[in-house]
Parts: sequence; C-alpha cells; structure tokens
Amino acid sequence: MTDRPPREEKIRCDACPVMCYIAEGRIGACDRYANQGGRIIRCDPLTVLDRRIARGDEVKPFLRADWDGTLSGDDLFVTAVGAGTTYPDYKPAPFIVSREVDGADFVTVVTEAIFSYCGVKVKIDTDRHLGPEGAVVRAQGEAVGLMITSEYGSRMLSLGGVDHLTGGSKPEGRVTCDTLLRLCNREAVELTVDGGATVIVQAGHPPIVDGQREERMRVGCGSATIGMFASQWQGLVDEVVVVDDHITGVVSEHQAGKVLGWPDTGIRIKGRRSTPGRYFQVAEPGLGWGGTDITDPLTILGDWIPKKGARPGLTLLMVSTTGEQFAYFVLDDDLVPQRRDLPDTLRPSVDLIAENCEPALCTVLFMGGAGGSLRAGVTRNPVRLTRSVQGEKTRVTVGGAPAYVWPGGGITIMADVTQMPDNAFGYVPTPAIVAPLEFTLSRAEYRALGGHDDKARAVEDILEHGGEYGADVRALGPTPDKA
Amino acid sequence: MMQGPQIAFLPDGRRLHLHHGPIDLILDAEGEGRAAALRAAALRFETVLDELAAELSLLRSPTGPRPEGAIARTMHAATQPFRPAFITPMAAVAGAVADAVLAAMTGAGALTRAYVNNGGDIALHLAPGESFAAAIAGGAPGRAAIPADSPTRGIATSGRHGRSLSLGIADSVTVLAATAAQADAAATMIANAVDLPGNPKITRTPARDLSPDCDLGDRPVTTALAPLTASETETALTRGLAFAETCRARGLIHAALLTLAGETRMLGAPDLIASKDPTHA
Repeated sequence: MTDRPPREEKIRCDACPVMCYIAEGRIGACDRYANQGGRIIRCDPLTVLDRRIARGDEVKPFLRADWDGTLSGDDLFVTAVGAGTTYPDYKPAPFIVSREVDGADFVTVVTEAIFSYCGVKVKIDTDRHLGPEGAVVRAQGEAVGLMITSEYGSRMLSLGGVDHLTGGSKPEGRVTCDTLLRLCNREAVELTVDGGATVIVQAGHPPIVDGQREERMRVGCGSATIGMFASQWQGLVDEVVVVDDHITGVVSEHQAGKVLGWPDTGIRIKGRRSTPGRYFQVAEPGLGWGGTDITDPLTILGDWIPKKGARPGLTLLMVSTTGEQFAYFVLDDDLVPQRRDLPDTLRPSVDLIAENCEPALCTVLFMGGAGGSLRAGVTRNPVRLTRSVQGEKTRVTVGGAPAYVWPGGGITIMADVTQMPDNAFGYVPTPAIVAPLEFTLSRAEYRALGGHDDKARAVEDILEHGGEYGADVRALGPTPDKA
Repeated sequence: MMQGPQIAFLPDGRRLHLHHGPIDLILDAEGEGRAAALRAAALRFETVLDELAAELSLLRSPTGPRPEGAIARTMHAATQPFRPAFITPMAAVAGAVADAVLAAMTGAGALTRAYVNNGGDIALHLAPGESFAAAIAGGAPGRAAIPADSPTRGIATSGRHGRSLSLGIADSVTVLAATAAQADAAATMIANAVDLPGNPKITRTPARDLSPDCDLGDRPVTTALAPLTASETETALTRGLAFAETCRARGLIHAALLTLAGETRMLGAPDLIASKDPTHA
C-alpha cells in the first residue's frame, strides 16, 4: 500500500448550503456526494442514467441472435448500468421493464446488484511463467487473489472474492475492490505475483509481462507443434526440438515423426520423458523460450549418441511454441552443435508457427453470485427466480452481456466485461462491487414466479421518465472518477 | 463548487423537477392557474434551502427557541406535539418543504389538482370533486386514493430503507395527515416505534458515526436486521400500531400503513389505503 498523507476523518462537503460533514466512506444527506478517501465525489446513478439517456447510449442493442428472434423490430434493451439499487432489495428493483413483443409481454428486471461475493477470473494468453500455482497475486502491495491453474496457452488468475473483499484488512478490501472495479471497467491494472512476474492486465489487450508486451499465444504445446508441422520439416532438417515448459517435443522420437519414417538422431533431452518424443520439465519455468527460463536452448540437450544415429553434419532446428525464438545448429566432428544461420528453406516453417499463433490477450470474466436478497427485488418468492434461471426460462445478462450461469445451486454467473458498456461497474465502500444485472423472461413466467408485475413499466416510459423512485433510490453506484 | 437550485421540466414536459442539495421536488398542477403556479413554485424554491440552512443547528436540536423561518416554523409546529419524546424539527423537513411550495402554487392561481412530491413526502391540493391516487412503495405495494372530501392533504413515508436514518426497524410506515409536515413527523415517530428493544437481531450504530452532523446525535440507529420470526414481527408491528393509535386519537394523523418483513398493519380509513391484491399466480 502506498503511503497516504494523514487526513481528517470527516470532511465538509461544499456542494450545497447544508455543508454536511461526511465521514470516510459515507454519503452526505443528499445521497449524491460521498467522502471517498478524503475527497468529495459525486455518486449518483440516476444522474448517470439521465446523462446516458441524453447521450443516447444507455440503451444498447439486445443480442437478438440469442433470443428466439421474438424481439425483432424492437431492439431496445435497458441495461442496469446506472439503474441504482435498492439493496437489501426489500423493494422492487429500480426498473422492471415491460416490453410488448408480438403481443406477448416480456419483462426485464433491471437492477444494479451489490456483490460482496464476487471476483474476476483472468485469462492471460502467455506461456511465460507468471508465478507458481497458488502464489498470491498483489495489487499495490495488497493480496487480491492468486495464480490458479495454467490452461492451454494461458495463465489463469482468480482475483477478488469475499475473503479479500471483506475478510482481510481494510486496505486489502479497498485495494481488492479497486482492482476488481478497474479490471471490470476494462482499465489496465498492474499485478505482481509473489515469486513471479509483474504483469499489466487489461481486458481485451495483450498482457505486458515484466515490461515486455506479449504478442502471440502459442500455437500449441511442443508436442502438438511437432504434430502439426512434422511433415513440413521432413527432408529439410534432421532434427527439430520444440521447446516448451509444458511438453517439449522432439520430432525424430515423436509419433508424428515415426509415422513419417523419420530416422533416429541420437539426441538426448534433459528432462522427464513422458511418452516417446515428449518431455516434461526440460528446464525451470521462466520468461525465456516457450515459458521456460532458457535463453540458450542447448542447455536442455545431453550428449549426442553416435550408435543411435548422431553424426557430424547432422542439422538441428530448435524453436519455441510461438516461433518467436528459434536457432539452427549443425553437429561438428566432435558431435557438438554449432550455431549457424537459419537456412532459407526452413524459414517458412518457423514463420508458419508464428502465423498460427493467435494474438495474446487478457480476458476478464466477472463472476458473482446473484443470490440472497437481490432476488427479492425481482420476485416475492426468490427461489422461484433461481429455478427459472436454472431452467433457462429467465435469461441473465450483465450490462447486456450474456452471462454463463453455473449449474448447481444459486445464480452464480460469469460474464465477459468486454461485451459491456463503458464503466458498467461501480462500487460501494463496504467494499463491494456494484454490477449491472438484468433478468429477462416472459411476462407469464414473471407472474408465475411471483414477480413484482404491478411495478412493470413500458420501455418507453422508462426512457422518457427515468427512475422515479426519488429518494427511494439510494445512490450507491459512484461513477468512476476520471478526473 | 457550491451549486444553486436547479429547476427543469422532466422529459415529459409536464412535471417540474426542482433540485437543490438534498432536496428533490417533483410537482405538477392542473387548472387554469397552472402556469402561474409553476412559476410561483420555482420562485419559492429558490430560497428554500438557504432559509433552512440559516437555522440548521437550531432545527437539528430537540430543544431551543422557536425558529424564525416560515418553513422552519412549520417544522417546529409539526414536531411539537410529539414531545417530550425525542424529536427535532428535522423530522418534518421534507413534508414542510412540500407544504410550503404547494402553498406558493395554490396562492398563485386557480388549480383543480396539484401535488408537490418531496422524495415520497407529498403535499396535495384537491378542488372539490377531485381525487388523488398514490402508489405506496415499501414492503407491501399498495395504493392510497384520497378524495377531495377527505381531510388528508399530506402523505409521508418513513422507515429503515428511506434516506433518513431510523431508530426503529419498520421497512416503511406511510401516514396520511392534514399536511405533509404532520404526516412526515408522524411517519418518523411511528417508524421509530416499530421496534424490538434489546433484541440482538438488530444492529444499531450511533447516528453520529454514520452522519457526523445528524440531528439524532449519539442515538443508536438501525443499520442491520437479521431475519425476524413471525412473533417478533408481530410484536414490533403491534408496538408501532399502538403508537399510531395514540397519534390518531390525538388527531395528528388520519391513517397509517406499517410494514415489516413482508407483514402489513393498517390503521384507520381502510377506504383510503388499499393493499393491492397480487395479480400473479
């Protein structure tokens, strides 16, 4: 945590003649201004809503393709961004939108949900070693999550969650909330992994690992790379090693080489052999070749064995899984590889690896549980909403983005933040994240599950009049401060 | 950074929205005097917050001399009857502002119907034969239909989920009274009376910790409530209802609707407040 100058606990708001004293993390009498970190900020979702409506960008096209086509001719969808919230939701959600479609009423219940139980799953397309599995991930020095499993070509982080938000120290909660908010609003955030790298993560952008921007996601593991390109190397080079922290591949031993009748070369790879031509743990994880710590690829090779095919003049291509690193060698009379320029004949195969790599990106999925009292804002009988969602009769979106609903109990959702409007997320000083949440279902289903049907209003009415809850809408979703 | 009053029509081009600091009024008027009434409302509103701010410390005090300002005096008068229980004139501020702006409107031209809605605390004007329908938010949705021949000209709602802090646990208490200021003060006091003193399910925090210059000072306001049993809900509502009865017997209110944890209790004028029948399965 960076040092903060000492400050007064309460500050005086000068936005109006009432001149409220506002304590840290609290809002003034107007519900519009709050003391955030010793500064007065405006936090009025209704204002946001009004402004967005004025700008014309509050409504976004509904994703028709995913919705039976029944909304044809009517692609207005009110998102929950700026809708406000009525946590703890004893009252109906701020907007219950009735939309008449081909004579059949649909209802979209729109609310800004406060998530104490929430976080993000971050997928970082890189083979570079960001840190050991289970390592603590920090922002501004505070623990905000951890490294989880590596996936195919990607490193995964799990950030946030209730323990970091509210279970740890106050700075930890505040920094975690800030980190989640910025990631969800698609800002760049610097994260440091204990015992690992520093990575700048921004949804929809390449990761920057220890200052180096990642360009490509690997085409596959070393073994898969061999499988894909073995036939293109045949006849051009005697041996190919694809260096990979996960599985390093050797073409002469690999099944893909065998089926081509590839001759043995007497090569020996340091590391643990998995199956023929596939080696685990050829080096330590790192920022070098193929996610290893290797800068000189020869360090993973043992002595060449003449009786198994090693001979002076034998040629060797070593390449990483992204084609970013490559080297060409020829064995000398003592069977020691000597580096030579890559022959033009092999250049296309290396380029092909690079060409087959996808751009490396960071992906941020917001994940939260829409359980608890939030559902009471939608229906008087909350469990029926859960069942309707699980039964796919109610569609869940987050700021208009489709949400994946986890099987099992509750309404646990994941959604891609790059599909949402700008600054869709807010926070409350609890700390917790305020996320836009929409439930869309047929009016008949809505009635059947005990919804606040009498509170439903036409889309036009909401667009025209906005939220009319006045003081009943407690303004808890501050607009991110861009100043 | 100090902002003055903002006055604008809502997008429907009909209702006027007046905003200054913590005050948001939405008002409308029907009748030949409409234009003059809206002008008068805007003019009156210009100085409302400054008038109140000038005497704010006095208005936040449970005791002290009678304040000077016209709205402040309405607040004082509306809260006096509840003493010696703890109350400050601020308990009637929203209603008193609504009353003051409505009075300016009705004084400016002939109106058939008019209302000033100050964040749910509403002052009404009804010419003979007219009526006013209000939807009641809160734990149980309901409607209040107020005909011109009823004495009610003020509606107010108070409770734990409103903007003000509450000493009680009611989700909402809606009161009909002769003026918005009277309804406001009574709703505050009835909502405070819906309570379970000493029950550990209620989390309370000194008001000052939440809002340093709150008129409630160190009094413990409700900040969280664990789910109540049916009998606890019944006990709390009964306490509130008993207090509401005394208010009605003294002529301070006409009717009240109390809600807590999905339960509703109604007092007086059942023809005025109808709990809406669920239309769903």
